Parts: sequence; C-alpha cells; structure tokens
Amino acid sequence: MIAHFPILVIVVLLVAAAIVPLVGRINRTASWLTACAGCLASFLMAVSILSTVLDSGRISYWLGNWAPPFGIEYAYDPLNAFVLVLVSFVAFMVAVYARDSLEKELDPHRITPFYAVYMLFVAGLMGMVATADLFNLYVFLEITSIAGYVLIAVGRKRESLMASFTYLVMGTIAATFVLLGIGYLYMVTGTLNMADLARLLPDLYHSKVVLTAFAFFTVGLTIKIALFPLHNWLPNAYAFAPSVTSTIMAATATKVGAYALIRVMFTVFQPEFEITVVHVTQVLLFLATIAILAGSILAVAQTDIKKMLAYSSIGQIGYIVLGVALMNHLGMIGSIMHILNHALMKGGLFLVVGAIVYRHGFTHIQDFVGLGRKMPFTMAAFTIGALSMIGVPLTVGFVSKWYLALASLDAGMWYFVPVLLISSLITAVYFWRVIDNIYFKKTEKEEPATGIQEAPIGMLVPTFVLALLCIVFGIFASFPISVAEQAATLLLMR
Amino acid sequence: MSDYGVITEFILGKYHYWICIALMVVGFYAMIAKENLLKKIIGMNIFQTAVFLFYISISKVHGGTAPITWEHAVIYDNPLPHVLILTAIVVSVSVTAVALALVIEIYRTYDTIEENEILELNRVEEEKNLELAGR
Repeated sequence: MIAHFPILVIVVLLVAAAIVPLVGRINRTASWLTACAGCLASFLMAVSILSTVLDSGRISYWLGNWAPPFGIEYAYDPLNAFVLVLVSFVAFMVAVYARDSLEKELDPHRITPFYAVYMLFVAGLMGMVATADLFNLYVFLEITSIAGYVLIAVGRKRESLMASFTYLVMGTIAATFVLLGIGYLYMVTGTLNMADLARLLPDLYHSKVVLTAFAFFTVGLTIKIALFPLHNWLPNAYAFAPSVTSTIMAATATKVGAYALIRVMFTVFQPEFEITVVHVTQVLLFLATIAILAGSILAVAQTDIKKMLAYSSIGQIGYIVLGVALMNHLGMIGSIMHILNHALMKGGLFLVVGAIVYRHGFTHIQDFVGLGRKMPFTMAAFTIGALSMIGVPLTVGFVSKWYLALASLDAGMWYFVPVLLISSLITAVYFWRVIDNIYFKKTEKEEPATGIQEAPIGMLVPTFVLALLCIVFGIFASFPISVAEQAATLLLMR
Repeated sequence: MSDYGVITEFILGKYHYWICIALMVVGFYAMIAKENLLKKIIGMNIFQTAVFLFYISISKVHGGTAPITWEHAVIYDNPLPHVLILTAIVVSVSVTAVALALVIEIYRTYDTIEENEILELNRVEEEKNLELAGR
C-alpha cells in the first residue's frame, strides 16, 4: 500500500472528484465531507512521501511498472515532496473552509459541482508536482487550468465570466507554448522523461532547437505564474472569483507554476545552460525586479481588497523568480521558502477576506472601518498575515526576504537589497491603510453597538491555522529551511 | 546557383514547418486582435491545431509506413507523437467546450459577445459602484 502512495496521492483526489457529485445527490454536506476526506487522505499520503524522501532519498514510481524512459515515471525529491505537502495542506484547509463560504457566495445548485471541479483542480496541481514526465506535466497543467477557468466563472459577479475567459485565452496560449517546447525537445532527444532529458541535453545545448524549446517553456510558464508583463489575467481572475477560488489559486496555483519553472530550468536543463548559453537569468532578474516594484505600487492604488491582494501576489511572484534567477544556493533556498510563505500568508489573507464577505458582503477597503471591534479574531489573523507580508521578524515573510537579501549580496548584486527594502516599505504602506481602517478610524455616524459578529467556527479555524503557521515557521524555521537546503543542493550541484 | 539551391531547400524542403508557422500566427493573431469572443475561440483552435500538425509532421520517418504491423513494412513512422497528440486533442476539445459554455453565459448576461462592448459595460458599472461608495 505504502509503495503505491506516490500515485494514490493523486488518484484519491480524482476518485473523490467522481464520487462528490454522486453523494451530492444525498445532500451538500455529504459532498463537502467527501471533498474534505479526499484532501485529508491526499495530505496524509503526501506527508508520508515527504518523510520517506527525507529518510531514504529519491522515490521513483513507475506507472504500470513500465520502466522509464519509456514508461511514465513519478519521482519525488525533497523539492517536489515539499511542494506536494504544501499544496495538499492548503487544499485541505480551504476545503474545510469552503462549506460556509460557498453557501453564502454560490447559487445552491452549483455547490456540489464546485466541489467536484475543486478536486480536479487540486489533482491537477498535485500531478504537476509529482510527475517526472514532460508530457504528463502538460496534461496536468491543462487539467488544473480547465478546472481553474470553471472555478473562476461560477462567481456571482458577472465580471467573473469575462475574467475567466481572459484567463482561458492566456492559459491556453501558455499551455500550447509549453506543448510546443515539449515537441522541440522530443524532436532532438526522442524522450520525454525529465531525468533522461537531463542526461541527453547537455550535448545539444548549442542546438537552435533546444534554445527555441527553452524560450517556449520560459514564456509559457511565466504566463502561468503571472510574471509582470504577462500578469494581465490575474487581478480580475482573483478579484471576481468566489473567495474559495481566489484563495486556492493565489496560494497554490502560481506556486506550482513556479515549481514547474524551477524544474524545467534546473532539472530538465542544467544550471550551466542558463549561465553559459542563454543568459536568461539577466532577463528574469530584470522582470522580477519590475514585478516586485510594480506589483507593490499597483497594490497601493487599489480600493478593493481582493484586487490589492492580487497585485501584491504579482509582486510576491517577483520574489520567487528573483531567488531562482540569482542562481545561487541561498537564492534557491529563499525562493523555496517564499513558495511556502506566500502560500501560507496569501492563503490566510484571502481566507480572511472570504470571512468578511461572508459576514458583511463588502470588499471595499473604506468599508472596513470598525471591523476590528466586530470581528476581532478574523482581524487578528489578518494582522498576522499582513505583518508576515511586510516581512517583520518572527514571521515567515522575514525568513525568505532575509535569504533573498543574503543571496543578492552573495551574488555580488547588492542593488537588489534596496529593491527588497523599498518593496517591503510599500507593502507596509498598503497594508497599513487597511489596518488603519480596521482598528483606528472612527466611524462617522454613531452606529448602534452591534457587538461581535464573528465568522463561523468552520471558517475561523482554517484561517487561524494558516495565520499561526506564519508565526510558527517564522520562529522555528529550521525544518522548512533544512528541506529547502537539500532541494537547493540537489538542483544546483550536479 | 548554389545560393538559390539553399534558399529553395530552406523554403520547399521544410514546407511543413512553414505551414505550421503560418497557421500558428494566424491563430495567434485572431486570439489577440479579434473583438468577437467566438472568433477568439476559432483562433485558439487554429493555434492549437498548428501545434498538432507540427507534432504529426515530425513523426514521419523517411520511407516509413503507417505504424501498423504489416508484412511488407521495413520502417515504421514514429507512433508516439500520434498518441501524444490524441491526448492533446482531447485537451483542446475540453478547453473549447469550456470556452463555448462561457461565451453562452456571457451572451446571456451581457447580451453581446464583443469584447470591447463587454469591457465598456463593466467600466460603466464600476464607475456607478464607485459613485455609490463615494456617497
């Protein structure tokens, strides 16, 4: 049984996706329970995989017992086992949270199908993380994308339809570029297995075909992670989708895209390729810097909290790409830590927004006046998330920014340190605006004392778990850092 | 003379790539430049089909026959890209289905499928909301 965990971790989600509509005929609670059970089972298996990987090294699972490179291989090393645990954990938390939130935000007949599509979405993400086969990566990429379009489009606001359509067009361009890149690599090597490609490609680094393939991969995946000039689809998609969708997409989908980019850049292609042949790192560093600054500045200008968080996500993607493009050990640790951090922080913040929508139904920042008294616990979680986004010490946000700053100095590029500092300051500005509204501004007209109107317990618990993990991993950061260190060593030392 | 030979070889010898590139660019243009959402979807399909044709054309082996066991066959074409593209076609059909469903829903809510008109309607509504919030 344990031997088959590497595939069951995904299959259990796919099976749950099929069962959810069936049990949904009984009632909506049954379908919610099934979705939660599927995510929990997947999370527990992912934890077991991670502990096995940390104990005894790389796991290679052959689908249908066909040996790679001919069969499809699922391979786990510290990097993807770590991302796998992260994705399944956030997915479980959001699934628990989803029940109350969806009852409020969706039409009743759409709730059960929503869970089914949600399971497909998570399954696609997990598959992207798990697979060691490029074509399989493409298929899972499309599974999560298609599920993602649906999850966005079910929002009650009518803008959600157009947001979903824009994302569909951009997402299809991205996925087709990736498909084309895979085609080029297959043309010159005749294999689709990542390890096999890594073995065959170094002799072909100066081939134009390989260069083209790399270009298509990079552009395709940067659309998927919404790196700055290609980010157009993201703000509307996050802002008009139901809160549950915004959360799961912000917390996991772009992170998995970043993981895929790291995988292609450092496993399929080797670091020497980026350093000696294409010099893509300079381009990525430039774009990452612009993304960090532009994302933060645009976030200041927003009046809607969901849009603000979306633009801030674009900035955070910049951090991840910055660490990757610095091409050193510390930068890679910083990036992997930031994947963890951003999933926890942004996940937590979007869950808070969902709770506000549940109780009060608004997302405009200027309506937030007095929320500190009405929803003290939710707002405490928001404050923790905000502090972590700014990068205050003792929160996870500090850890990754610290590593990114060290990495910039280590690479001799000190000018990224002021970029990090300035962006942290701007982050403080836009979060302060919200916190000022929540706690300090007085309402103009005397409202009757309504007392505490807190979100239901089913929403509070997941929100608090994510917020508290921001602090726990900020203080006891040694475990994720040790995993990130192993992953970085594996990616860079060959 | 030999220069012409090189150029002819470049254009005629690799004609299947030229077809793929032309189709891809046509589809890409339609996806970006057309305002009508249905035309965008058609462009998307052309764009994807170009990539499918690319895969199929690289699977051809010189002198090879269809990859079916046959007594006279000496060399077979590479069947793997065919199989991959079968999967990719399924994906493409699913994306088209979702896109068409979205367009139907967009038509029901906005009464138009021209992108510029929809964005204009969205903008008007947003301004109205801002005014309401300002009061």
